[in-house]
Amino acid sequence: MMQQTTGMPRLHKVIFLVLLAFLIALPFFVYPVFAMKVMCFALFAAAFNLLLGFGGLLSFGHAAYFGGASYVAAHAAKVWGLTPELSVLAGTAAAAVLGLLIGSLAIRRQGIYFAMVTLAFAQMVYFLALQLPFTGGEDGIQSVPRGDLFGLISLQNNMALYFFVLAVTFGGILFLYRVVHSPFGQVLKAIRENEPRAISLGYDVNRYKLTVFVLSATFAGMAGAMKSQVFQLASLTDVHWGMSGEVVLMTLLGGMGTVFGPLAGAAIIVTMQNYLATFGAWVTIIQGVIFVIGVLLFREGIVGVISRWIRRPL
Amino acid sequence: MIRTLALGTALGALTAGAAMAQDMDVKLGVLNDRSGVYADLSGEGSVVAARMAIEDFGAADKGMNVEIISADHQNKPDVGSNIARQWYDEEGVNAILDVPTSSVALAVADITAQKNGVMINSGAGSTELTQGQCRPTTIHWTYDTAALANGTGGAMTKAGGEKWFFLTADYAFGHSLEENTTTVVQENGGEVVGQVDVPFPAMDFSSFLLQAQGSGADVIGLANAGGDTVNAIKQASEFGITQAGQKLAALLFFVTDVHALGAETAQGLSLTEAFYWDFDDTTREWSARFEEIHGAKPTMVQAGVYSGTMAYLQAVEAVGSAEDGEAIAAQMKTMEIDDPLFGAVTVRGDGRAIHDMHLFEVKSPDQSTGEWDLYTHISTIGGEEAFLPMLDECDFTK
Amino acid sequence: MFDLLGISPQVLMGQLLLGLINGSFYAVLSLGLAVIFGLLNIINFAHGALYMMGAFVAWMLLSYLGVGYWWALILSPLIVGVFGIVLERTMLSRLYKLDHLYGLLLTFGLALIIQGLFRNYYGISGLPYQIPEALSGGQNLGFMFLPNYRAWVVAASAVVCFGTWFMIEKTRLGAYLRAATENPVLVGAFGINVPLMIMLTYGFGVALAGFAGVLAAPIYSVNPNMGADLIIVVFAVVVIGGMGSIMGAILTGYVLGLVEGLTRVFYPEGSAVVIFVIMAIVLLIKPEGLFGKAA
Repeated sequence: MMQQTTGMPRLHKVIFLVLLAFLIALPFFVYPVFAMKVMCFALFAAAFNLLLGFGGLLSFGHAAYFGGASYVAAHAAKVWGLTPELSVLAGTAAAAVLGLLIGSLAIRRQGIYFAMVTLAFAQMVYFLALQLPFTGGEDGIQSVPRGDLFGLISLQNNMALYFFVLAVTFGGILFLYRVVHSPFGQVLKAIRENEPRAISLGYDVNRYKLTVFVLSATFAGMAGAMKSQVFQLASLTDVHWGMSGEVVLMTLLGGMGTVFGPLAGAAIIVTMQNYLATFGAWVTIIQGVIFVIGVLLFREGIVGVISRWIRRPL
Repeated sequence: MIRTLALGTALGALTAGAAMAQDMDVKLGVLNDRSGVYADLSGEGSVVAARMAIEDFGAADKGMNVEIISADHQNKPDVGSNIARQWYDEEGVNAILDVPTSSVALAVADITAQKNGVMINSGAGSTELTQGQCRPTTIHWTYDTAALANGTGGAMTKAGGEKWFFLTADYAFGHSLEENTTTVVQENGGEVVGQVDVPFPAMDFSSFLLQAQGSGADVIGLANAGGDTVNAIKQASEFGITQAGQKLAALLFFVTDVHALGAETAQGLSLTEAFYWDFDDTTREWSARFEEIHGAKPTMVQAGVYSGTMAYLQAVEAVGSAEDGEAIAAQMKTMEIDDPLFGAVTVRGDGRAIHDMHLFEVKSPDQSTGEWDLYTHISTIGGEEAFLPMLDECDFTK
Repeated sequence: MFDLLGISPQVLMGQLLLGLINGSFYAVLSLGLAVIFGLLNIINFAHGALYMMGAFVAWMLLSYLGVGYWWALILSPLIVGVFGIVLERTMLSRLYKLDHLYGLLLTFGLALIIQGLFRNYYGISGLPYQIPEALSGGQNLGFMFLPNYRAWVVAASAVVCFGTWFMIEKTRLGAYLRAATENPVLVGAFGINVPLMIMLTYGFGVALAGFAGVLAAPIYSVNPNMGADLIIVVFAVVVIGGMGSIMGAILTGYVLGLVEGLTRVFYPEGSAVVIFVIMAIVLLIKPEGLFGKAA
């Protein structure tokens, strides 16, 4: 395991390259907006997985950062007239600040209580999103302009936007990968496995926990900010607790604590929601069935199972 | 682009030797709530209504190959806008129908304008669709909050309900409904003595109802929708508020809601609708056909999908192609429509369909002769009076 | 007449009473959740769905079989309880050795399925259920009109809550139950059938949800979504009271009903969020909850 800190294992490198090639080709085969949605959620799930899978902390309120950032980014683009990359940065920064505020309170608690504190704060963020004048209540912030990237490249075109989203989300995911496989990531794992021992080794556990919390919130925010640019919309859906549940579902289905699991989970769930939309109420039922089967039979998640078959960490 | 070839129809037409002016494909998307609070009043029923319209229009005989797809927007603007975008970009949809829930409707209106489609909205209530956020490709067919406020608010104030207290669902829709009604109440010489913002959605209204009771208002205006309104009415009757003489005004209420509530609890309630199945012979006949397929009587939203689709197809026929949404919307704005369900309809320059609205009162159980015999017709409000005046900058015919 | 912040004492009394009525629902529901969490270590996210199911079963009994309210009050919780036992035997029992997280996720999935099915078959508008003849009408208390049915809700909930508390804290059966929570292996070694006890406890916990559903049916419309958002609130109640604490869940249920009632007078917009604010504060100051034992 230790050699992972020195560089990316060959297998991971290959997968990332194949994935990148696949993603570059993808918009020529499927609907680009759909593909962008998948990528945003993949980043969201990866950010969440950093906290749950590697930090061992279950947050039930990640919608707050995802949705909060999407509101800020939408507002930045629409009202302040910022360019897309600056809007996304503004949203991401807002999520980081929010993560720092909530995280510094939440990390004082463990286990199920930690989950509940994050849920409580997320509900408050939801309340603010409903009440604050700039969020537009249940209409959300609509008609967010797709501006010009760096003031130069128009993102009106789906393809141009697609490659912007690809660059940001892929970069984000690679960064998260680096974090996990850095010395910092190793300490995180140590804390997750045995916190008292990590403390006795002289690590300032709380600082590590807070850092990972803020990182996770930041990248969840980046995903939300991107989503608001893609859909030209920030809405209450993104801050609702259902969204917090959805990201847990994605991570769990794909395989928590794996590198590629959250990406697979996000892709599956988003695809399912997209193609089953015509079935109406059956979507929730099918989603429920996946939850149940996943928990009962595939707790390691899809990628987790594959990883066990090939006996390599994925 | 996925395009279904109308080979079958075209060949059939050729061999039949009928003189066809044009052979064209039209694809309609019914985008509405199929699982949430508006599923019963729009949902599958709206798809049924759209199918009936295509059939009654005689699309096949006219050489038009009309296809329908449908999806659930779950009342979420992001889901709705995603589907709408995909429909226009990928499925080659020409027009989107129904779209209840104002937040979703506004999002879809925007995309429709970008993609040069047409949105014929029947389900949503926001006046914004043809006012602040008007688009050349939006047609708002059935009702809006201003029309409801005018109907119910105006009639009740004139009938002596001068002091109003609002229970307002605490979101943009609720506030706009309250605002619209307040204007109407004040114009008719009434006053608003208080209001309370109720978190949405809510189950228990007793606390808010008691505040309304204490205010000494004549009328309690329910500026909410769906399950919230049902619960508020139910609990008002439970707490003896209606029995004590205060009147309830349900500002957005549909025949399916009354049906769910039962005549026992809902009796005496005033409400405004654009359509009621038991209005005349034509509506009765049409509604019977609808019921046979769908299993329930149509709501005004479903009836609006039927009429709107009919008018849209006529416009497409006149234009000769379904490709240019703006041209079709413009065409619709020039037509004098004599609709079997809504009577005379004209579409204004801003996309607002102008037709009569009707004030109804819910029958008491002993007046009601059947499960769906629910309303007594009180009065008719002319279209010009019912809807807000057109904003100059929204007149796209200029 | 003195006014408190512009609210007359009469109105305040009325609002407090209404808060108590809502608190009665919270108490019964959070009690069920607490009982289940105490013994099974499972956060039963399906609780809201089962509450909804209780109301629906009452409605079905009446519509299809002509069975009235009073029988439904007994039969519906029984049916929901048996349904819960089936879920426990076939699914939940496989998760006891795992992290709490999995129980929560499983029941979350179950809730989606149950709600989705009811939505598919019964639509969303809700179905009417009348208040039973014997409890219609109401009393004029001077400061407010109290419907008899609401008074009955408070009484029924108080009796059920007290009964449950008594059974768990004061009887032999309850003692086994508490012992099994502490150390299931040891209790099993004493010849007590722990899996059976766990099964019945889950059945009982969800039967309480079903009972609350029947109580709610005549007040709220019987609607597939009636439990969807409630579960989050009840959840918060249990956390504030202290996970697994029976008395804590009951008392917190009532108290938070009152607090929420007051919020509805002074800051109605905030009444949906006040419970979460309290939850955050409590968890930060006293993480084990108001009545929980320090871990």
